[in-house]
Amino acid sequence: MAKNKHGGFLQGLLVPLVVIAVWEGASRAGWVNPQILPSPWAVLKKWVEYATPMKPYDPEAGSWLAWAFSGELVMDAIGSLYRVVAGFLIGAGLALPLGLLMGASQRIYGLMNLTVQVIRPIPPIAYIPLAILWFGLGNPPALFLISLGAFFPVLMNTIAGVRQVDSIYLRAARNLGASQSTLFLRVMLPASVPYILSGVRIGIGTAFIVVIVAEMIAVSNGLGFRIMEAREYFWSDKIIAGMITIGLLGLAIDLGMSRLNNHMLRWHRGLEN
Amino acid sequence: MNQAVSSPRIRIEGVHKVFKTDDREVVALKDINLDIPDGQFVCLLGPSGCGKSTLLNAIAGFALPSSGQITTDGRVVTEPGPDRGMVFQEYALFPWMTVEQNVAFGLEIKGMPKAEIGQRVAQLLDKLGLIDFRTRFPKDLSGGMRQRVAIARVLALDSPIMLMDEPFGALDALTRRNLQDELLRIWDEFRKTIVFVTHSIEEAIYLADRIVVMTYRPGTVKRDMLVDLPRLRDPADPQFNALKRELGQLVMEEQQRHHHAEMKAAAVD
Repeated sequence: MAKNKHGGFLQGLLVPLVVIAVWEGASRAGWVNPQILPSPWAVLKKWVEYATPMKPYDPEAGSWLAWAFSGELVMDAIGSLYRVVAGFLIGAGLALPLGLLMGASQRIYGLMNLTVQVIRPIPPIAYIPLAILWFGLGNPPALFLISLGAFFPVLMNTIAGVRQVDSIYLRAARNLGASQSTLFLRVMLPASVPYILSGVRIGIGTAFIVVIVAEMIAVSNGLGFRIMEAREYFWSDKIIAGMITIGLLGLAIDLGMSRLNNHMLRWHRGLEN
Repeated sequence: MNQAVSSPRIRIEGVHKVFKTDDREVVALKDINLDIPDGQFVCLLGPSGCGKSTLLNAIAGFALPSSGQITTDGRVVTEPGPDRGMVFQEYALFPWMTVEQNVAFGLEIKGMPKAEIGQRVAQLLDKLGLIDFRTRFPKDLSGGMRQRVAIARVLALDSPIMLMDEPFGALDALTRRNLQDELLRIWDEFRKTIVFVTHSIEEAIYLADRIVVMTYRPGTVKRDMLVDLPRLRDPADPQFNALKRELGQLVMEEQQRHHHAEMKAAAVD
């Protein structure tokens, strides 16, 4: 198994390596204008420069660790990640209880569904003007937009999750004497976890998209902001370095999510192998 | 006043159950009257559609009778409750709980102290040969093991009545016989009153003190008989076979009525 996984990883590296080789070759041959498409080597150099601290290490100024993380790239990545996590927690934190209620109670579903269905198709991006009007600039509008992006995937999946709970579990629990609240918390909620987690995964993905857009408009740091800033100066190598960082960060988040998934769903039949 | 002493554990009085679908009514149960004394092992036997599961669900409190009433220990059944533990054909174990947690769940609901729960659960798991599986999830267990857990979950409740809805229907023959013997042992040890639904004639004779054969729609009691063969019973025994022939005849009649009804329904469609 482990060997297989390893082989899969090496195999996965093949395509990126070929793409980079062709790209580097094209750059060296002078086929493309480096202003428009800089060589991978130039991007890598920029990426390292972007990641290293701007000032030399000064023991007077603070700890070595703080210095090591003071590079622009690291600060940007931390800023973006903070917004994704905080925005996601707000959005999912509101969506989860509402979804559980809407899934469990026909009355609450009837009350809320039309509203949800009308608001849901509006992309978070469309809220940008209002978000700035309501919250000004900086983190608040960004968090608003990100939480909005995370809210609906988690909500819809939670509703679906509660609705698909097999009635046999409810019957068994009632037979054991479970009260309504026990039924809700110890049967319906855990039984919906597979659906909720897939909503969480989609929600984090959306949050990640929205954070970049929000930073391009409302914030003055973060990876999204940096890409737009680099565009002003025609630093295409920095644009690409920022984009690759976004990609790697997204990959890391998804790997973490998949770990969490496997742990929380270790009881689930779908994971049998 | 000695009525309380002689009153049956389960009393079913004039129970009717009607299911309404869009355009017609199906009478699932019609005028069922049964008294089940404490400690009796009763099998409800009949072809599918005879209402045996409906009757069991009514005793469990999942679907109450349209008229008539069911009392257990003198109390009218109005809702499901842990005094009538149920073992389902589909096991109905909670897949997100380990074996141990499944068995403990009913006790947690009861509000039993944690230490006591642990002790009791361990004792039961040991008794049912599940102790080595206590931290496993249901998905890792075979059908027979799952049903053992479901039985342990009901035993943990310490309820006087155990309801079983074709609990061994999905198991292979060998596992099935194994669990039947285990159930008889448990019944003997814990002195439960058991109502056991099955469509297997042999299973009914092998297990029951009393067999209630039900008719196909509307479900009524066709025959109510006591089985007084000594246990463990031998399916190759002549008396066992005589009984099997007799019951086979009764069930076959109902099976045929079922078949005709379905043919008629198909013709109408």
